[in-house]
Amino acid sequence: MLDVTLARLKQGHRTISYPAKVPTLPDRFRGLPVIDSSKCPDGCQGCIEACPTDAISIHSSGLRLDLGRCLFCTDCSEACPEGAIAYSQEHRLAVRKREDLIYDGSTLKLAEALDEKSRRIFGRSLKLRQVCAAGSGACEADLNVLGTVVFDLGRFGIQFVASPRHADGLVVTGPVSENMRLALLETYAAIPAPKLVIAVGAEAISGGIFRGHDEVHDGAADLIPVDLFIPGWPPHPLTILDGLLRFLGRLDETKRLH
Amino acid sequence: MNNNGAALLRTGQPIPQSEIPRLSLVDFRRVVIDGVGERQRVAALFGHAPQATDPVEVYAILADSARGTLRVARSVLDGEQFPSMTPDCPQVHLFEREIAEQYGVVPQNHPWFKPVRFHRSYRLGHDAWNRKDEAPLIGVTNFYRVNGEEIHEVAVGPVHAGVIEPGHFRFQCHGENVLHLEISLGYQHRGVERAIIGGPNKRSMHMMEVVAGDASIGHATAYCQVVESLNGLQVPIRGDALRGIALELERLANHTGDLGALAGDVGFLPTASYCGRIRGDFLNLTALLCGSRFGRGMIRPGGVPFDLGDERKQQFVQRLERAYQDVANAVNLLWESASVQARFEGTGTVPHDVCVDLGLVGPTARACGVETDVRHDFPSGIFRFAQIPISTWQTGDVFARAYIRWLEIQRSVGFIQKQLKELPGGPIRTKTGSLKANHLVVSLVEGWRGMICHAALTDDQGRFARYKIVDPSFHNWFGLAMALREQQISDFPLCNKSFNLSYCGHDL
Repeated sequence: MLDVTLARLKQGHRTISYPAKVPTLPDRFRGLPVIDSSKCPDGCQGCIEACPTDAISIHSSGLRLDLGRCLFCTDCSEACPEGAIAYSQEHRLAVRKREDLIYDGSTLKLAEALDEKSRRIFGRSLKLRQVCAAGSGACEADLNVLGTVVFDLGRFGIQFVASPRHADGLVVTGPVSENMRLALLETYAAIPAPKLVIAVGAEAISGGIFRGHDEVHDGAADLIPVDLFIPGWPPHPLTILDGLLRFLGRLDETKRLH
Repeated sequence: MNNNGAALLRTGQPIPQSEIPRLSLVDFRRVVIDGVGERQRVAALFGHAPQATDPVEVYAILADSARGTLRVARSVLDGEQFPSMTPDCPQVHLFEREIAEQYGVVPQNHPWFKPVRFHRSYRLGHDAWNRKDEAPLIGVTNFYRVNGEEIHEVAVGPVHAGVIEPGHFRFQCHGENVLHLEISLGYQHRGVERAIIGGPNKRSMHMMEVVAGDASIGHATAYCQVVESLNGLQVPIRGDALRGIALELERLANHTGDLGALAGDVGFLPTASYCGRIRGDFLNLTALLCGSRFGRGMIRPGGVPFDLGDERKQQFVQRLERAYQDVANAVNLLWESASVQARFEGTGTVPHDVCVDLGLVGPTARACGVETDVRHDFPSGIFRFAQIPISTWQTGDVFARAYIRWLEIQRSVGFIQKQLKELPGGPIRTKTGSLKANHLVVSLVEGWRGMICHAALTDDQGRFARYKIVDPSFHNWFGLAMALREQQISDFPLCNKSFNLSYCGHDL
């Protein structure tokens, strides 16, 4: 018993002070891409051809990157000696509409908060049911991380629950395999309305690396209405937390300490 | 030593397909059954048929730990049936079901003949269960049932109560007592093996990183070894060392997380909450190396793209030491708490002979006293030069599987510290080119769950004609079913966590 108490003292208080302060991310962390189309040589298709999920396209206004497909890998930046695509440390990536993930390098239209009526229902207490629909285990792991003492999701009134009947919303991970389609639809149906759907990770948003396989459905959005998209492969726990709090109107960045 | 006509090779040694003997089915069976009788392990057994009209050819890859060699044999099936080897060699039970599902051929007298992943056959029009051409319905099979007035059945999943992957579990119970557990998977099937055919292409490398998302380094390393062998090139030694560090970090993060979760499942919250955090410290060390907590991007054909400069190394050493102190403090509480030990000891025991018969791998096998570890038996990369002792325990129960993880945490930290101290100089990556045509290569890696096996056959253009992935979970799921025999159903979460197998690694 004494050992347990001593261990408690040794391990200390380790919950981060987020959202008041954002912890430093590793320097090699790949967050929101930085696109500078002015560096693109005429007719160059290097990054477009290199991208494993065909997330990049070129238009008269320059490059566009679909963050919903992006694996945040380095294939595009390695293919570009001019440095037209790089990664920033920016972890904030969540949006409300699928089309807002088509990013041209200007400003990303981050998720707006729910309307006032929904905020009254969900803003102080949000119970979520998670369905892994052929997710690889990594998105699920970084959702679980939010429950650790580091992030302590419970302090925001957000909790993952065991039954869809107890839930206000659904968090989907994975490209939605054909073999999980029915289970996903039935879980969605079992959640009482009004309900929210959150797609976490490239696979749940677009199918990601499995896009186009006969065995999968290219993400959740074709099967159920998605209210919040959190890109990443997998998204960093902070990206997920930022998305959830932003969605609930719980993030006041003007009060953030630097 | 009698090879029974099989070809001998080492992990990462490509051989021309013409040098793999085509045996009669009788001789092929002898290679497998006799080999397993001599304590070789079936690393892979798979079918291959380039076209739906082609006859199905089966390949067996046996791992001989005692000699550090692999035996490969093949045989062309005559028609749509073959005599099952499972009655003589239980290790192949799931492999035979997989061949049946993928190629629509029937292993006759297979004692447990059911679909594995519930998908259509690769050879359209050939279905081992004579199902119609429309996609089979997941989970529709003849489940084993125990009859009796006091018997009840508990069905769980595919969607589980926690934030975890989906699978279906059926318990035949007498009161609290589990007579039998049947595990039916396939919900995570994404068509990985089918998609790799014709590669390597720009997707292949990334797909390997999500074969099992918590074992990205393990599978990526196995894949890269395949590509490098078929290129005939050597990874620079510094690249090998950094790969080894990344592989052990993956083991550290997962073992730490598992010990925390095991503590949580017996209601011992101090270790549960500390380890939940410390697991993140190890993941963040991986991110310090390559930017991704799961090591995405760290392992690439030819070596690694991310180096560890002096300043980064210093930071790495300090943070590793701190995380190790914390995990030692948190985990040792488990062994000192009688309430934890009472729940761990004697729960979910896999007997040694069952472990050997089923060919279980990784920490699960080592917890049954079976000395098996790819890093030791089939070393590749940095493990050719730096040995890690095999950690074993004898009891085969939840305690043993937990304690093995703690032993391995200590060995892995020691290994990384030593590597950091002696990190060789030089480049970290070499360029790769095209693959040798018409070859076979087998690559083994000791992932944190156990033996990862990748086997590739190339066509005459040097593209993948067949790519077989065997995640350790594929060997071990049946071990969990056996561990539940005569246990209380309320101990299922604890037993399950002590295995912590991958659903997507199994379903592919």
